[in-house]
Amino acid sequence: MVLTTRGLSVWYGAALALKDITIDIPRHKITAVIGPSGCGKSTLLRCFNRMNDLITGARMEGEIRFNGELISTPGTDAVSLRRRIGMVFQKPNPFPKSIYNNIAWGARINGYRGDMDDLVERSLRRAALWDEVKNKLHRSGLELSGGQQQRLCIARTLAVEPEVILMDEPCSALDPISTARVEDLMDDLKADFTIIIVTHNMQQARRVSDMTACLMLDETVAAEIQRTGILAEFSPTDLLFTNPKDKRTEAYITGRIG
Amino acid sequence: MTTPERSAADSAAVMKPDHPATEDLWSGHSRFLAFWELAIAVILAFCAVVTVLTTLGIVLVLSIQTVEFFMESKAGILEFLLSTELKPDATPPTFGILPLAWGTFAIAFGSSCIALPIGLLSAIYLSEYAPRRLRGVLKPALELLAGIPSIVYGYLALLLVTPVLKAIFEPLGIRVPQFNALSACIVVGVMIIPLVSSLSEDVLSAVPRGLREAAYGLGATKFEVSTRVVLPAGLSGVVASFILAISRAVGETMAVVLAAGMLPQITLNPLESLETMTTYIVQVISGEASYGTAKYLSLFAVGLSLFVITLGLNIISGLVLARYREVYQ
Repeated sequence: MVLTTRGLSVWYGAALALKDITIDIPRHKITAVIGPSGCGKSTLLRCFNRMNDLITGARMEGEIRFNGELISTPGTDAVSLRRRIGMVFQKPNPFPKSIYNNIAWGARINGYRGDMDDLVERSLRRAALWDEVKNKLHRSGLELSGGQQQRLCIARTLAVEPEVILMDEPCSALDPISTARVEDLMDDLKADFTIIIVTHNMQQARRVSDMTACLMLDETVAAEIQRTGILAEFSPTDLLFTNPKDKRTEAYITGRIG
Repeated sequence: MTTPERSAADSAAVMKPDHPATEDLWSGHSRFLAFWELAIAVILAFCAVVTVLTTLGIVLVLSIQTVEFFMESKAGILEFLLSTELKPDATPPTFGILPLAWGTFAIAFGSSCIALPIGLLSAIYLSEYAPRRLRGVLKPALELLAGIPSIVYGYLALLLVTPVLKAIFEPLGIRVPQFNALSACIVVGVMIIPLVSSLSEDVLSAVPRGLREAAYGLGATKFEVSTRVVLPAGLSGVVASFILAISRAVGETMAVVLAAGMLPQITLNPLESLETMTTYIVQVISGEASYGTAKYLSLFAVGLSLFVITLGLNIISGLVLARYREVYQ
């Protein structure tokens, strides 16, 4: 297990966004997080690299361990944690810099002492982007298409050699062909990295993931008051989609809720 | 398929209302629509042209009078641009603009040394570090500085800054004249801080949140995110605010008249009195130079030089932007 949570709850101000999540993320597997809108999928993801720290009023309780080490205390060094747990965002967000510098930026700030050209090439190859950009490394990253930009963002994340890659709906802004390329890429990356992907697309979760966590809205509280996410089910993906144990999961994956 | 008869029949069908019951509730656009649209276009074009024409008119007047100045004063362009003597009342008078150019440059440089770093750092603080509530208080407070009339800064220099400078330097045996460049630089610097901080803060805050998150996600510290992602992305606006502030310092008149005095000289000592282009203009206008004399006409030559400097600053900022701008979507 690379990441584990025990009784994890998250508040934004007074609103409880996630309640009592206990989950074990297996190493070198792809774990998908699915569930209806507003059930806290992204919130859960952003707990793992302490990205919620950047939001004023966000607060968490319970514990998260990364390789057994407690990372949920206020004293955790979130900056060095984020190098080891990288993140890819919903909307491709390359820096307004050259393709080369998009990759090199993270390595530089983290004090990488190796050969930078080599790292850039290696990262772009791993992200299956090298052949498309090798002749224009010094052009702006923003000149690339949306799908290429997203792979550039993945390459940028790979460049700082994280152990875990968090992906927050990485394909929701992409066309089907680009989506397929990113999915293929995830499958290749699985050998070296642990991937957690939040997705709205159940077919995608089914295609790419080994484990699936299905979050649900806590129905004991009216959604008008607050939307609180709870973990309905966490099982191997083929099991969860063919034989869900939880009634709410079943209703969600068959399209009756959400 | 689209024979003429067919399309005529189609348009007839379109004209027949589908909802006859509510048809009379829709009066549509005024019948004068075309006329009205034309009138709006003319009014807008007129407003746009007025500014351009005004600028052209000013340049024209300045240029004509400047030519007249050179004819009247017998001073050559070279003498005007390169002579270090400015003695319009001597016989024969000399009109060297260098002392004024030096004074203008010294005040602009000195005040920029104060305003650009402080302004930029406070912009970074406000946009990246300050809690939202504190920013809501601090930003308007900084902008208040810009609302203080420049004459007030002038007498603050004279009555507050210069006495403080005297208290610091005179015990060391350094004489501080009542009018000195340093106090002018200080007050002009403070005066233009809000131009830098407020504009730069707007630009930095407008940098998309996604870029910050991307940088944090790679393990960047807040300082790295601010200076190596947000600042480069907002650089064009930051440079624009710098140029605006410098132009303001170049053009500032009242505060400089009161603080730095009117002694045209070239000196590196910041505690000496100076004269800038704008204060020279004040001096000549408030003096008794009669219409048509070389001294009177020299106003226009100095004014034109000032215009050229400001134009130059604008061109430089354009070049800087073209070179360093990082465009985000």
